[in-house]
Amino acid sequence: MSQTASPKSAESAADPGRIESAIQDWSSDQRAFKNVPWGKAMMWLFLLSDTFIFSIFLISYMTVRMSTKVAWPNTSQVFALEIGGVQFPLLLIAIMTFILISSSGTMAMAVKFGYSKNRKITAILMLVTALFGLSFVGMQAFEWTKLIHEGVRPWSNPFGAPQFGSIFFMITGFHGFHVSIGVIFLFIVARKVWRGDYDTGKRGFFTSRRGNYEHVEMMGLYWHFVDLVWVFIFAFFYLW
Amino acid sequence: MTETTSPEDDIVPPQEVPEMDLYHPHSFLTRWIFSQDAKVIAIQYSLVAISIGMVALVLSWLMRLQLGFPDSFDFIDAADYYQFITMHGMIMVVYLLTALFLGGFGNYLIPLMVGARDMVFPYINMLSFWIYLLAVLVLVSSFFVPGGPTGAGWTLYPPQAILSGTPGQEFGIILMLASLMLFIVGFTMGGLNYVVTILQARARGMTLMRMPLTIWGIFIATVLALFAFPALFVASLMMMFDKILETSFFMPAMIEFGEKMSYGGGSPILFQHLFWFFGHPEVYIVALPAFGIVSDLLSVNARKNIFGYRMMVWAIVGIGALAFVVWAHHMYVSGMNPYFGFFFATTTLIIAVPTALKVYNWVLTLWRGNIHLTLPMLFALAFILTFVNGGITGLFLGNVIVDIPLSDTMFVVAHFHMVMGVAPIMVIFGAIYHWYPLLTGRMLHNGMGQFHFWVTFLGAYAIYFPMHYLGFIGVPRRYFELGETTFIPDSAHDLNAFITVAALVVGFAQLVFLFNLFWSRRNGIVAERNPWKATTLEWQTEHMPPTHGNFGKDLPIVYRWAYDFSVPGAESDFIPQNMATKDVKLAEGMTVADLKAEKT
Ligand code: HEM
Ligand SMILES: [Cu+2]
Repeated sequence: MSQTASPKSAESAADPGRIESAIQDWSSDQRAFKNVPWGKAMMWLFLLSDTFIFSIFLISYMTVRMSTKVAWPNTSQVFALEIGGVQFPLLLIAIMTFILISSSGTMAMAVKFGYSKNRKITAILMLVTALFGLSFVGMQAFEWTKLIHEGVRPWSNPFGAPQFGSIFFMITGFHGFHVSIGVIFLFIVARKVWRGDYDTGKRGFFTSRRGNYEHVEMMGLYWHFVDLVWVFIFAFFYLW
Repeated sequence: MTETTSPEDDIVPPQEVPEMDLYHPHSFLTRWIFSQDAKVIAIQYSLVAISIGMVALVLSWLMRLQLGFPDSFDFIDAADYYQFITMHGMIMVVYLLTALFLGGFGNYLIPLMVGARDMVFPYINMLSFWIYLLAVLVLVSSFFVPGGPTGAGWTLYPPQAILSGTPGQEFGIILMLASLMLFIVGFTMGGLNYVVTILQARARGMTLMRMPLTIWGIFIATVLALFAFPALFVASLMMMFDKILETSFFMPAMIEFGEKMSYGGGSPILFQHLFWFFGHPEVYIVALPAFGIVSDLLSVNARKNIFGYRMMVWAIVGIGALAFVVWAHHMYVSGMNPYFGFFFATTTLIIAVPTALKVYNWVLTLWRGNIHLTLPMLFALAFILTFVNGGITGLFLGNVIVDIPLSDTMFVVAHFHMVMGVAPIMVIFGAIYHWYPLLTGRMLHNGMGQFHFWVTFLGAYAIYFPMHYLGFIGVPRRYFELGETTFIPDSAHDLNAFITVAALVVGFAQLVFLFNLFWSRRNGIVAERNPWKATTLEWQTEHMPPTHGNFGKDLPIVYRWAYDFSVPGAESDFIPQNMATKDVKLAEGMTVADLKAEKT
């Protein structure tokens, strides 16, 4: 900070303004995003690229839904759960959605405790997140089995347009794959946190690099993304 | 805007990026095979890309033999021809050019030119190469499965791509799709690394607006790839399901041999949209690194700063953004809504503006320069000529009414070979001649290089120039033979034979080039420290070739942009990026105040 009396420089030194300081950062050396570690930058970029994948899935879904001449099945009936003789439309999906959103909450807390280096609580919260994730995948498996029993196949189904089954298996499968990968990495990172690898600077098995608590936040970014994608799938595929 | 080189540039912000935690290999295996060093990975990428590129080259000879001398070769039948076309096109575009520019040049040059010790995540970078290799092997394996590789054309349009009648519909198409998906996964791992390294791991003083244009080109191209490949990935996945599981994403209701097929209700045009949403940016994925590299080659060899650096950067960024809104100019004849054609023709012509701007700037860089006609410079000049040629025919094809009669004729083949085949390949050659001394410490043999250049450059014209004419008289593209067709005169057949001879001669010149690569490795003249007197950081490393960690104990500090050539007042005609103004040797009778480099 300069101490000059000149009003002009005092003004610019005091508060460059948000946009201006963003431009200053961008046009400076070494880093375009100040204080963003490499791993986080990479995760953001990956998620941006992944956004394209899911957007294209959804756009393709809408296109074939328009191009097919057979009526689209009524999702609230297809995805209804019968409990005690009563049909609850979309009950299972609602529970799954609720669970996934809750898991985002526990994940966010894990990130917070990670930065205060509270090892035990961070690891536990990550484990809880992973268990939520697992139960989500489990319920998805249940849903798949149920539909398969009812005769839904990727190439045909008894309810209407065959593309319904194709899209269902493809999009939920791809999303479920994301969740499963996330669960695996949650376990790995939780184990590292629990053991204190990020405090002792133990080197990674594959990368032989030292990790730190930013890994928890990277996991968090990924997990929230997977969660957000689900909201779109829920809105466009199940509710529409 | 005019800035001057001044002592103020010597003030550089302190280090804020932590020293990179490098992996130090202990064995041959981790040093040269499973290497995490971007330079080794770059060479691995390049060798694989060039090897598979040779396959594509040989396929092009076979195709040309068939076209030039139909009925003379028993071992090429129509099905083979389609397989050759498909594999040739796909290999050239994806497995050779994309991999070589980004995986090869990107890996080698990014860390060196921005002043980093390596890519930010070397382990992921290594995985990227191995997955790429796997993708290539899967692709090659399709030559050996029953039915052979797919013959669907590099565009792989459904429904025909997966139906009987198309060669390779048994396994070839499946392997092709699998290979593409692997390629995309592998590329993404590398691509994330390139972008993050450029954005977050530059040397002190290396601002974005001091980066060499090579890096700008590779940077934006990688960003394009990260956003365009998802479309191809999803399209491949869906087509794979259509093929294996008989879903109908892209398949309408059809009748085959009088029987209704199980498909129905899908949208073939959806595939075309997805393919070209990838396919057009892909053109720029190949072109932007070439734009960047050629700018640097021209500037170095004209001993003059690049004309309009800022404009050049913004043109690259602008082209990159526009590249995503022009894709349907490949679909004018697909039966899509005609209003789309209007929109996409407009955007296509708009993208010509920044592109033309770049061409003007290259030419103005040459204007009154101190031109050295070195081999890299010759190739760079050849790039300008071939690129302008291909760009102008692009303006024809960008207009709907002109495109409709020309579409699917040899005119199109001539156009895209000029603009995305010959032009970027010229830059690749120039770049190899330019950076070979850095990699090996030796120069490539000049005589062989001159032979290679003149035969390739003149030969490329001999091949593709007549094709425009063939296209005008209506010779169709992707035809195995023309047969007895009244509208095609005999002269067209003679022309075809001529083109084939030219193609074979050009092909031979490439063998000379390959020989040169091997021969000069041992027998070339030992290169000077900085043989082209370039300003960029890769030539200022402690060792040449650069060793593990790129720079010695201390990372370089950057004081200026990459184009301080022939600065008035300085003794030498170039000032390296890492030379402080106080260290610049002044010409006799000059003071620091005389050091005036004009930056535009
Ligand atoms: C000596 C060099 C080359 C020769 C002689 C050559 C020749 C050919 C020939 C004869 C065809 C088929 C034309 C037809 O019947 O439709 C073709 C198609 C094609 N070539 Fe090349 N080519 C060469 C280099 C390249 C390069 C460097 C690229 C990279 C962009 C490239 C990309 C393509 C593509 C994308 C197709 C279209 C394939 C399709 O229609 O599916 N070629 N080439
Ligand atoms: Cu295009």
